[in-house]
Amino acid sequence: MSNVITLTNIRRVFSMGDQQFEALKGVSYSVEAGEFVAIMGASGSGKSTCMNILGCLDRPTSGQYLLDGLDVGAMDPNQLADIRNKKLGFVFQGFNLLARTPAVENVELPLVYAGLHSRERRQRALQAMEQVGLSGKENNHSSQLSGGQQQRVAIARALVNNPAVILADEPTGNLDSSTSEEIMSLFNSLNQQGITIIMVTHEHDVAAHAGRQITFRDGIIIGDTK
Amino acid sequence: MDFLQTLKIALRALRTNKMRSFLTMLGIIIGIAAVIAMMAVGSGASYVISQQIASIGSNIILVLPGSTTSGGLRTGSGGAQTLTSDDVRAIMAECPSVELAAPTIRSSGLVVYGNMNWSTVLMGTTPELFEIREWGVDSGRGISQQDVDSAAKICVLGQTVVENLFGSSDPLGKIVRIKKVPFTVVGVLNRKGQSPQGTDQDDSVFVPLRTAQRNLSRSQTLNSVGALLIKAKSEDLLSKAEEEINNLLRQRHRITGGKEVDFSTRNLSEILAVAEQSSKAMSLLLGAVASISLIVGGIGIMNIMLVSVTERTREIGIRMAIGAKKNDILLQFMTEAVLLTMLGGVIGIALGTGGATIVSRMLDWPTLISFQSIAIAFIFSGAVGIFFGFYPAKKAAGLNPIDALRYE
Ligand SMILES: Nc1ncnc2c1ncn2[C@@H]1O[C@H](COP(=O)(O)OP(=O)(O)OP(=O)(O)O)[C@@H](O)[C@H]1O
Ligand SMILES: [Mg+2]
Repeated sequence: MSNVITLTNIRRVFSMGDQQFEALKGVSYSVEAGEFVAIMGASGSGKSTCMNILGCLDRPTSGQYLLDGLDVGAMDPNQLADIRNKKLGFVFQGFNLLARTPAVENVELPLVYAGLHSRERRQRALQAMEQVGLSGKENNHSSQLSGGQQQRVAIARALVNNPAVILADEPTGNLDSSTSEEIMSLFNSLNQQGITIIMVTHEHDVAAHAGRQITFRDGIIIGDTK
Repeated sequence: MDFLQTLKIALRALRTNKMRSFLTMLGIIIGIAAVIAMMAVGSGASYVISQQIASIGSNIILVLPGSTTSGGLRTGSGGAQTLTSDDVRAIMAECPSVELAAPTIRSSGLVVYGNMNWSTVLMGTTPELFEIREWGVDSGRGISQQDVDSAAKICVLGQTVVENLFGSSDPLGKIVRIKKVPFTVVGVLNRKGQSPQGTDQDDSVFVPLRTAQRNLSRSQTLNSVGALLIKAKSEDLLSKAEEEINNLLRQRHRITGGKEVDFSTRNLSEILAVAEQSSKAMSLLLGAVASISLIVGGIGIMNIMLVSVTERTREIGIRMAIGAKKNDILLQFMTEAVLLTMLGGVIGIALGTGGATIVSRMLDWPTLISFQSIAIAFIFSGAVGIFFGFYPAKKAAGLNPIDALRYE
């Protein structure tokens, strides 16, 4: 199997005034297509920092990041936006749906920026919503959906562009345990359909759904088990 | 990202804060409405003036008697009767650029018919006046040269006088008393309406010049006349004619060296040009005031857009994470600002047009709303949106995706 993600000696140094903080101190790992990876670690260990780099929202201070064989470090902001749009799907802890916007339009949003025509957009959005089990909720606004349903909308939005990887930073962090279970089984079924998923979590039982666990501590990887 | 989608997003954003959007637009609405109304009233005014020039004739010269100084005090034009019938004859004979010259003697007095009476303007003149002013008769006939030569006691009435003395009965052939002297009515003039100075031109009675000199005037010499109305052969010859008249009258009145000129000439198109100038200056001033309110409105838009960008930082972060490029965000906020101002512009155009129409109805003042002024207002409102929306939109587009996503 080919590698979707290859990180080589990634370092991320934050400078605040004259102070410097090294959040990632040389992280290297690769993820193959079709893997489901859980990233664990104490608070402040650099999990989100690493996810932001994976998501092309942030750039490493040094090191190399290959996504689908492309060297992301050499790209300009517009190319990165394109990468985020076409190769990545995000699921956040806080759902991050647009307020006062029907669910289906939230799901369509990546396709809007991809420049698709409205009919194809709508068709693919409805399909993605069906995939996450939200048929019939297309026109609900986020305030009219439960937390679990909102997260499903977010997952549908992450899926709709057929990304190479779905990145989820604590996707169950705001959900109760039974809803978390539902979301995780959804992730499992998506993974079985061949979608690569990288997920940050604090909870061991959530991490147990993934086929591989990577553990961070103080900006380095201290464990990687399959 | 297609424009329709951008427009939809912008419309949704404006709808979410309806009241705020409306209040933000208010500055633009007022500014544009003011611009439209000012331009309508201003161009209405210059339209009136150009109509008046056309109706009076642009090649007419007025010669006024008087303007003598006594002890440093100017008595003003028309203060003395220094022009005579001989002057008129001389002008006709010796000024090649002059086509027609009509002397007038103007006074006022009571006209009585039966038990009705009406105080009006009495005008002694010659047939040339009617030719110069292009006044026709509605019924009967005008004043003839023969009437003038024989000092006939006939008169021609204006419509207002007829209405007040005769009502609906026919005045032709009736005897009226003007300053107690009986006159036969031989004609009624066409309706002429208001003069440029706003007086009723139909409120006057015309009698032959010599009759007026003999019977109606308080003047010392029988020969003296009041103002002269002179028509140049063409508009191009207007200033030449004025010069010829000036030279001739100076010569005839023996004005040399320090002696004060006892007459003055004016041409009407000059007077009206001045009026037009001042109406233009006025509308320019009002336009400047309106522009200031547009700028103030624009600053309001900028202010609200900045607030909106801050409020929606998270939304911007989400959009960026999902694949929006800097330009998409820039365009989105620009569209919102321009939509705001254009919408304000459209409402302002409607209000301004309505306001101008009401003004013209109520004050009986003509207004002219040109397509041009509407186009200018529309483009201007869009430009205000682009100008004042750019900075907030630039700020939104410049946000860093992670910072925007983390924003609480
Ligand atoms: N923008 C920043 N500027 C300065 N320091 C930062 C910044 N972002 C993160 N850090 C620091 O980097 C370290 C790693 O943060 P990160 O958010 O990656 O932790 P995490 O593993 O995701 O923690 P949690 O489980 O609580 O989400 C922290 O000590 C944090 O204070
Ligand atoms: Mg984190």
